[in-house]
This record gives sequence, C-alpha cells and structure tokens, in this order.
Amino acid sequence: MKHTIRELGTIDRRNFLRVSAAAAGGLMVSLYLDLPTSAQEGGQAPPAKIYPPDAFIHIRPDGKIVIQVNRVEVGQGTHTALPMILADEMDADWSQVIAELAPAADVYKDPLIGVQWVGGSTAIANSFPQYRELGARARSMLVQTAADRWRVKPEQCRTASSIVYGPGNRSVRYSDLANEAARRPIPDKVALKNPSEFKLIGKPVRRLDGRAKCDGSHKFAIDLDLPGMLIALVARPPVFSGKVRSFDDKEARAVPGVRDVFEYPLVKGSAVAVVADKFWIAKQARDRLKVDWDLDGIEHADSSRLFAQYKELAKTPGGVALKRGDETAIDRIPESQRIVAEFEFPYLAHAPMEPLSLAVRFDGDRAEAWVPAQLPTWEQMATAEVLGLATEQVKFNVLFAGGSFGRRGLVDSHLVREAAAIAKRVRGRPVKLIFTREDDMRSGYYRPMFVHRVEVGIGSDGAPLAWRHVVVGQSFVKGTGVAMEAMLVKNGVDHLAVEGSSDSPYAIPNVDLTAHHPTLNVPVLSHRSVGYGHNSFVRETLIEELADRAKTDPIGYRLKLLNKDAYKFRAVLTLLNEKASWRTRLPAGHAVGYACSEYNNTACACAAELSIVNGRPKIHRVTVTVHCGLAVNPLTVESQFQGGIGFGLTQVMPRGAITLKEGRVEQGNFDRCTPPYIADAPADIDVHVVPSTEPPTGVGEAPVPIIAPAVVNALYHLTGKRYRSLPLIEL
Amino acid sequence: MATYHLTVNGQRKEVKVDPSTPLLWVLREELKMTGTKYGCGISVCGACTVHLDGVATRSCVVPISLLGNRRIVTIEGIGSDPVGRVVQEAWVEKDVVQCGYCQSGQIMSACALLKANPKPTDANIEESMGGNLCRCAAYVRIRQAIEDASKRLA
Repeated sequence: MKHTIRELGTIDRRNFLRVSAAAAGGLMVSLYLDLPTSAQEGGQAPPAKIYPPDAFIHIRPDGKIVIQVNRVEVGQGTHTALPMILADEMDADWSQVIAELAPAADVYKDPLIGVQWVGGSTAIANSFPQYRELGARARSMLVQTAADRWRVKPEQCRTASSIVYGPGNRSVRYSDLANEAARRPIPDKVALKNPSEFKLIGKPVRRLDGRAKCDGSHKFAIDLDLPGMLIALVARPPVFSGKVRSFDDKEARAVPGVRDVFEYPLVKGSAVAVVADKFWIAKQARDRLKVDWDLDGIEHADSSRLFAQYKELAKTPGGVALKRGDETAIDRIPESQRIVAEFEFPYLAHAPMEPLSLAVRFDGDRAEAWVPAQLPTWEQMATAEVLGLATEQVKFNVLFAGGSFGRRGLVDSHLVREAAAIAKRVRGRPVKLIFTREDDMRSGYYRPMFVHRVEVGIGSDGAPLAWRHVVVGQSFVKGTGVAMEAMLVKNGVDHLAVEGSSDSPYAIPNVDLTAHHPTLNVPVLSHRSVGYGHNSFVRETLIEELADRAKTDPIGYRLKLLNKDAYKFRAVLTLLNEKASWRTRLPAGHAVGYACSEYNNTACACAAELSIVNGRPKIHRVTVTVHCGLAVNPLTVESQFQGGIGFGLTQVMPRGAITLKEGRVEQGNFDRCTPPYIADAPADIDVHVVPSTEPPTGVGEAPVPIIAPAVVNALYHLTGKRYRSLPLIEL
Repeated sequence: MATYHLTVNGQRKEVKVDPSTPLLWVLREELKMTGTKYGCGISVCGACTVHLDGVATRSCVVPISLLGNRRIVTIEGIGSDPVGRVVQEAWVEKDVVQCGYCQSGQIMSACALLKANPKPTDANIEESMGGNLCRCAAYVRIRQAIEDASKRLA
C-alpha cells in the first residue's frame, strides 16, 4: 500500500503529530506522537528515524481498529490495557479492536524514559497519558470531520462505539470518516475524558490475547516459522566465561540435516553453534559434539563458598546507601534489646515457560530480527553492531514472549548478540536460536545471591530505635557502563540491591545501611521485583518479629510504625485489617503471617494462612490488598497479584534455588529446580484494590516479595523458629 | 529416516523423520502444529501434553517410532470435542492466561480430567493438574476454570 505523509509544521515539536492516509482509496488514519528522545533533550542531533506509517492507530475499512502496543507482552497484560486506554478516549468499538506488538522504532519509545522497553512495572504508569491522548486526538479529528461534513459544530456531535452522532439523527462510522480525518490538522490540545465518563478504563476487561492462547493458535517466538529457516542449538561452556579450546564435530556433522558447526564468541568466552534443518536434528548433533573447553584461570564460583565469604563481608560496613540519625545509636542499646540476624538468598532462575528463543536473518547490507525483546531499542542497536550495520538497516520485530520475569530485559543484549553472530555466519537465511530448558537454566543471568546482616536495636516502646544493615551481593548494573548506571549507582551502591531497605516505609530514627558488591563471572540480572524480593523479606520478617516480641497485632504494629507520608501503605494495611477478618478465627494447627511491600509507587500487603502438611507449609488462603492508583483493568490487577504470589513462592520452595558447585550450575531442568506447581500454590487468593483516582502505577512486580515473608512469619507460630535462609529446605 | 502414518485430530498425516524424533517435534516442525509447546523435554512441566487414544500424554518423551497407531488429539483439535470446547470457553471466560505458554498443556490435562471425572474434587484437580507447571502461577484461575467447566458439563 502506498502512503502519503503530511507533516504539520506549525505545532510545537513536543506536541507534534503526523498523519498518514492511504493514497489509493484505502481508509486509514494513522496518528503518532513524535516525542523527544533523551539524546535530543541533551541538545544532540536527533538519530535518524524511520517511522512506520501506521504508528499507533489504523482504522481499517472493515471497521477494525488496529492499535500498536509499544511494550512486549510477557504475560503482564499491557497488550490489553494499553489498547483499552486508547480505545476508551477514542470511543472505539472495543469488540473491533485488534492489538499488535509494535516493532522497534523511535516513535514507540517510552515517553518518559526515551527507550523502547518493558521493565520496572512502568508500562501503564508511563504510557497512560500517552495512550489517552492518542485516543482523544483521533476522536477529535473524526468528530471534526463529521461536523464539517454535516455543517454543524463539533460540540453538537457525540461519539460511541466507533460512530459519530450528530443533530437530526445523523450518524457516520469511524471507518467512513478515516480517510478524510487523516488529512485534517492535528489538534494541538484535546480534552480528555472525565474519569466518570470512562467506559473501559477501570472496568474488568478480558484479555485480547485470551482466546488465541487457549486454542493453540497464538504464536510465541519459539513458534516462528519462516521460509528457509534453520535452527541453531549451542554447546555452552560448562563454567561461565569458559571458551572453546578445540572441538571435534565429525559425528555431529554426520547427522543428516546438519548444515554447519562453528565456534562463535559469547559476551564472555565462546561457544559452539550447531545449525540444522530442525530442532531434533540440531539436538542430536549437539549431543554428539565433543568440545574441549578452556576453563583455565577462570573463576569457578561456588555457592557454599560464596555464602561464607559474603557472611564475612557482611560484618564490615560497605558503601553507604543510607545514613539517618546517629549511626552509633545501636551500640548503646543493651544486647537484650537487640536482634542480630543473618539472611541468605540464593541465585534464582527466571525460567520462563518458553525457553529462550529468537531469530535473525542477515543479508549483507540489511538484516531482520524477530525477538521477544524487553529492550528493543538496545537490542536493535546490538544486532546492528554485531552485523556491522547501521541501526536502521535492522528491521526489528517484537514477538510475544512465553514469560520473562526479567530474563529478557538484558543489560548486555547477549541473546541478540549470539543470534546475530550465528546469522552472520549462515547468511541469507533466517536462523532461529533455541535454548533447551537445560541451556536456559544453566545460561546464567540469575537473580544474584545475597547475604544481609542486620542489627536492630529496640526502644522501650517496642519499636525499632536503631537499624544497622549490610547488604552483600552482585550488582547487574555497576561497571556495565550503561546509561542507567549513573542514575542507579551512588557511593558505589547499586540502588537496585538495596531498594526495600533504603526506602523502607517505617519510621526508624537511626539507620545505617551499607552494601558490598562483589564482582564475579556469574552473569546476573534483574528478576521480577528486583531488590524488593530480598530486602522486603528482611524488613518484613524483622518487623513481624518485633511485633511478636511486643505482643502486638502485626498489622497494627506496622500501621503505627509507618512514616507519615506512607499513605499507600497505610491504605493497604487498613484494608487488609478489614478484609482478612478471618485471621481471628483460625482452625487449630493453622497460623497467619503478614507482610507488605512496594514497587514503583504501588503498595501491597497480604495475610497468609497456613498449616504444616507432610513437613511443608500448606498455604490455605492469602488475602491481598493493593494500592495501584486507578486500576486500569481490575481483572489484570487481580491476575497479576494472584500469579505474583505464586511466583514469589518459588523463593520458599525446597528446590527453588540455583546453586553453583565448583563453577557448575547444579540444576538443569524443573526436576531439580522446581517452582511451585498447582498443589504448592494457595487454592484461594482474594485480591482487594484500594479505590483510587490517582494516576495508575504498575502491578507486575509488587506482589512478588510479600508471600515469602508472610509464610515464614506464620511458620514461626507453628514451629517457634525464625527462618532467614531461603529456600526453605526443611522446617 | 523412516516414514510414519499418524492420525492427528482425525486427519491422516504422513511424516518422514528419524525414529527417535519425539512426537512433540513431529507436531511442531513437520506438521506445523505449534500449539503443543516445548517446556522441559523430560516430561516434568506438561506444556507438551496431548491425548493419545484419549490419555493425556507428554509428547516430548514419546519417540515417533513407539507411537503405533494411537490417535493423537492436540490443542488445535480439542475444540471439536464437546468437553474440550467447554473447557476452552471456561478458560476464556475466567481470563486464565497470562503469558499463556503453558496453557495448551493445562487445557489438555483439564480435558482429560473432566472426561474421566466430570465432578473433580480439589484433590482430584491437584492430582491431575499436578504435573503442569505455570511460571505465571495462574493456578487460582485454572482451578476456577475447571470448576466452571465442570458445572457447565453437569
């Protein structure tokens, strides 16, 4: 289809919209907001831009409205929520809305961050105004068009369900206006709906991708099938950063259907790729490959050794994360009024259900990539770099991901770098790189191991008076040189390692929080809920211990201890007190534990009821409360919280961890690294949202940290023990 | 390489593959039926569940040479089955899926359960669905959808 693009030069650049219309009779309106990138903000020349003509909205002649979603769908539900926001302001007929994943392009960058990405539960928070305005502008142009046609004022028209209604029973469909509307000037300012007028926002709406994910028709990255496509499997070094000394591929090449076997560089070390016609052929060939690995002089990390080293390190202060009040106050509190606690957190694998998979095709002067990417901007650049191309020579398609939990939010873009290196050698045909489950689980990029050591001094009122806290663990940001490093690392402390402690909602007068970040060759990465996963565990188990010690109700104790400005915490704890009224009538042998946590301005709390069955905690019910501002899709908020609780339970599962023994990962599949199955997860999780008209905040990460501390807090009442090492191998 | 004749969702198919090739990869790569998912390759996650003569089976560990003439039903075909259709509808109605990658296998296991036992107890559900992993942990709604489908089938 041919498009003409008309630029409107009179509008302030920040508010600049472009319109394209199908030239040859097609009815199509495409609107997109041209946003300043961070580079432009800094006064540098803007990067070359290639704008797709149908950047956000495409009204098709058949009335379907195709909305581009600038965030990869990994299960979090933005593929439904963002179109809801746009369609609501546009008064589009929801039954005719189709959502599509947008490819990498400047226009799809996060309007606040200047990078196209998914991470930190920011999609709804950052794109809520963006998608509202896009919908409102489209609606305004359609109304103007109808009003002109009828020679009436736009104020005399109203819209509903993709139709403009005018005086005298006149009406016209959006699809019949689109072509003309696309040629109109873009309104500089548009009025947004009053929240009372919302038809979709705030209402429970089922997922747009629901049906296709139930009938087998939904395509994930691993399902990609392109003409001439080859499959690559990789033999990776058994110890991180190991490299190939030599390899014998005679038997591997003898497998019919094998196309090539070759060494290629990893971000650290090297590997051997086997390229074949099909997966099973590649797998058989790889199993027959004999690689002599050079592991000399490289670190052989070992979990037990590391824990011992970390514990020693935790006895000394690290880089300063937070000092408040008198840092020596703790030393003047009598020992009987002190708790000294040491916590261990293992490496954790993200282990999304879809093993890592992506494809690249290299044609010499151009390339195309198909990636379930959390960071398309960076990954497009990395693909281009490996292939020796300019960024715009790489067409970068974003595909659906079968889960991620942070695994695809890469700082070093290693996945596309590997796939591009393989495609570069193969040339002219798309190559899909597939990780087996073992490849995925042993490939690193784990949530780092951590040790926390905390000394709490208790005041005469039972409240914490002084808190000395040392955090030890790898940083996945520090030393990488990426732009966000300067923002996140201060005094040598990575904020992402101490969040949950440095921004604790509790009013503690004297705080001394420091951190060490040992450097290791084990690749580590952000993991759903990031620093809160361990920091909130430390905080919430100690706070509950203090409440128990003071013989006070743990919800009331927390409420009393909250900072004055922690109003979201106050709201979720108050609501929890109301909704978890069952907690006062527990059957014999049952106990309840509590926790609260936060993520990027979302606060949540839970009460978990459990008993011990066959030596394991059996969780009977969890009541959760959440304050996420305006809940754009309450149905998704509920599912993210129910699922996030289950995901967070991995931390307490006896085989939930990744462990290293002399440099080698001890687990390779779900038989030895075992997340919760249905029988391990609570049968009943009721989620209650604090009513709010505040701007929406994210819900992906927030629920994950609360369940583990709530479980061990409850267990204390059944076993008398405080559990400070995860996972819970035995009670 | 050997030639095999299969009955998949009521249709006859012919494939030419190595005898060791698991049914999963025959479905996905030879027959281009990608609804059946690869998750672990060792029959512990359930993402690859299909029905062989009506029995829920992990297709990742069934070499094509051992399949015999058993009839195969996959997620692409289960909707033509009355129980299958109800289960899929319940799944959509309850908005079960998140990333959705495991859901083909979950639905195939749930269908096998409900065909054998139209009124499963919580314990029955935990037993029959106990080998289907969901990393998004959509388990609360999986239970609700099975209960919902059970009611619709009553």
